[in-house]
Amino acid sequence: MTALIGEAAAEVGAEARSTGSRTRGPRTSTRRSRRVRYALTVLAFLLPSAVPLLLFVLGPMVAAAWISLTEWNLLAPAEWVGFENYANLLTDPETADVFLHTLYYIVGYLPLVYVGGLAIALALNTALRGRTVLRGVYFLPVITSWIVVALVWRWLLNPSNGVVNTVLAWFGIDGPGWWTDPAWAMPSIILASAWKDLGFVMVILLAGLQAIDPELLDAARVDGAGWWRRLFSVTLPLLSPATFFVIVISLINGFQVFDQVYAMTGGGPGGATQVVVQQIYDLTFRYGKAGEASALSWLLFVVILAVTVIQIRGQRKWVNYG
Amino acid sequence: MRTTALAGVGIVAATALALTGCSAGDSSTEADGPVTITYTNFISNGGNEENLQAIVDAFEEENPDITVEVTTLPYADYGTALQTDLAAGTVSDVFDIEYANFAQYQANGVLAELDPEDPSAYRESVLEAYQADGTQYALPSSFSTVVLFYNADLFEAAGVETPTADWTWADEQAAAEELTDEGAGVWGDHQPVSFYEYYKVLAQNGGEFLNEDGTEVAFNTPEGVEAAEWLVGKSGTVMPTIEDGQGTPDFDTNLFLDGKLAMLHTGIWMFGAFADVPFGWDIAVEPGNTQQASALFSNAVGVSAGSEHQEAAAAFAEYLTSSDVMVQTRLDAGWELPATSDEAALDSYLTLGSPENRQAVFDSLENVALPPVVAEGQQEMQDIMTEELVEAQAGRKSVQEALDSAEERINAAIGG
Repeated sequence: MTALIGEAAAEVGAEARSTGSRTRGPRTSTRRSRRVRYALTVLAFLLPSAVPLLLFVLGPMVAAAWISLTEWNLLAPAEWVGFENYANLLTDPETADVFLHTLYYIVGYLPLVYVGGLAIALALNTALRGRTVLRGVYFLPVITSWIVVALVWRWLLNPSNGVVNTVLAWFGIDGPGWWTDPAWAMPSIILASAWKDLGFVMVILLAGLQAIDPELLDAARVDGAGWWRRLFSVTLPLLSPATFFVIVISLINGFQVFDQVYAMTGGGPGGATQVVVQQIYDLTFRYGKAGEASALSWLLFVVILAVTVIQIRGQRKWVNYG
Repeated sequence: MRTTALAGVGIVAATALALTGCSAGDSSTEADGPVTITYTNFISNGGNEENLQAIVDAFEEENPDITVEVTTLPYADYGTALQTDLAAGTVSDVFDIEYANFAQYQANGVLAELDPEDPSAYRESVLEAYQADGTQYALPSSFSTVVLFYNADLFEAAGVETPTADWTWADEQAAAEELTDEGAGVWGDHQPVSFYEYYKVLAQNGGEFLNEDGTEVAFNTPEGVEAAEWLVGKSGTVMPTIEDGQGTPDFDTNLFLDGKLAMLHTGIWMFGAFADVPFGWDIAVEPGNTQQASALFSNAVGVSAGSEHQEAAAAFAEYLTSSDVMVQTRLDAGWELPATSDEAALDSYLTLGSPENRQAVFDSLENVALPPVVAEGQQEMQDIMTEELVEAQAGRKSVQEALDSAEERINAAIGG
């Protein structure tokens, strides 16, 4: 849809330029009505996404900004407290904890999901038999509800009678306590998340791979480059726009990790997987501190924005749009 | 579901802002003619839906002008749903609350004042629990206690004397050790490691959870440490560990139903679920250490302060909590006990069948430990206590370290 808007806008521009100084007088009104019509067309195309955006994202964001300046337990009327919630958050060691837990998740999740997604995309980009079916199979977890996936993983990783520890026991390995052990709870969540999102990353990277001119790879092969050399010197540089997209999206989603945490550990054991959004949820719906939760939401927004801006600035150095 | 967290919180907030603006209209306009009121509950969830409907049907028959729309939610989701509805101004006319949350809702002004036509129909002590400054703000729908359930067949097979009202912790411990048979997968005892068990075993050991004015905790004492050790020490010796699944929903009751658990600390609301098990079972008052103390749970219904049908809602609330139909329905179904003053009706409860020793339910009422209640930070207090006890249970902290940490964190949560 953005492409369509782009075209419409470009036409408006072209129209304006071509009709430029030559036309005067009676034609001006026609030109103006055309421009209005184009503007309306653009607006009409924008509406389906602009209205929900205003209603469900920008509206609530503004409301949250206001709530973040109040103390509100959801029951009694909100009370104005200025920036007290932000001051409390910034001095509370728990805030650092929840951001660190979130960072731990991202650092584990991002490399795993990228390398895994890339491996599958590379495999499915070859003339493998049944690859269309496999693409569908790998994408299936992406469209499955997190609650279902989390319950299945909880069951697989059950410390005493789960499939994973049972299989490990066959080889004489005493499996860890997974989600009941604070040291293993976050790795469990990372594993489940990487497995679920693998298909999404695979699809993006596969599209990137298919856009690479096979002649370039052939030329490299003729020059004597091996598989790894072709991967690192030809494929990956040409794949960098897709990689960039995957990293930006995954980081934004990673900072907002919630569903799997809520369903698999609820932030436990002993608070070991208490991430930012889980904290926002608990503050609002368990502890009646909607003001503090809204302030934390805005803090999270600022962090995500900063990270994303840094990435977009930094992309010039490594993203190759050929 | 990956929309920004901001949006999630914000939608609720925006809706609330919009709705509180227009729903605060006058509630005095009592409509003549037929009205429909709404009632949201958790008390009937999980097996008593039809029993609740029977009470509602009887009410509608006696009050042809009033229709009641019932919504039933699972207990686990109920608190969140109620809080969100209250914030959004979409709460039902009549809704369930539990004793532990009464103070908080009352203090925030969401409960309408009630003036029951016949207060003498209620058990006085339970009715008074829902008053503030002499005014009634909710009506008790039921009460229940926690007792010691036991599998009589396992006791017989192991040649161990069954529990009696004279038992102490030491007796329970000795029996649990004898009954535990890891080879057969049989465990001697199960008691949840949680806030709700802790405040009670603390009372059984002569301790107090909060200081007198309820501003700070008072459990970090030798009695408190001993009580916590009693609670967390079962795990791995006579009770399954967290790795075995202990602590997950229904784990303990399923183990008991499978005949793999000799003793179980749980509420009398389980009578119905255990009615048809293929082994003999009974109950006894929970053993204490220095004294007996049993947990008393009570549910109540409140009328929303913003309800447009206050009168009809209050009439239904009173019927639901004190009518003869309700008393009879609850007793027949083995649902939680009605908070009725009708001792004769309660007497019939004693002869309703399994478990045989129903007298223990009334005996447990003689030494009751009510949950500690604070006006602010109730849920945080409960969550922190449970979390710290589980840390000690898992062996990641010593009992003393867990209580130190719980003391510091809870004081911050209920004081600030």
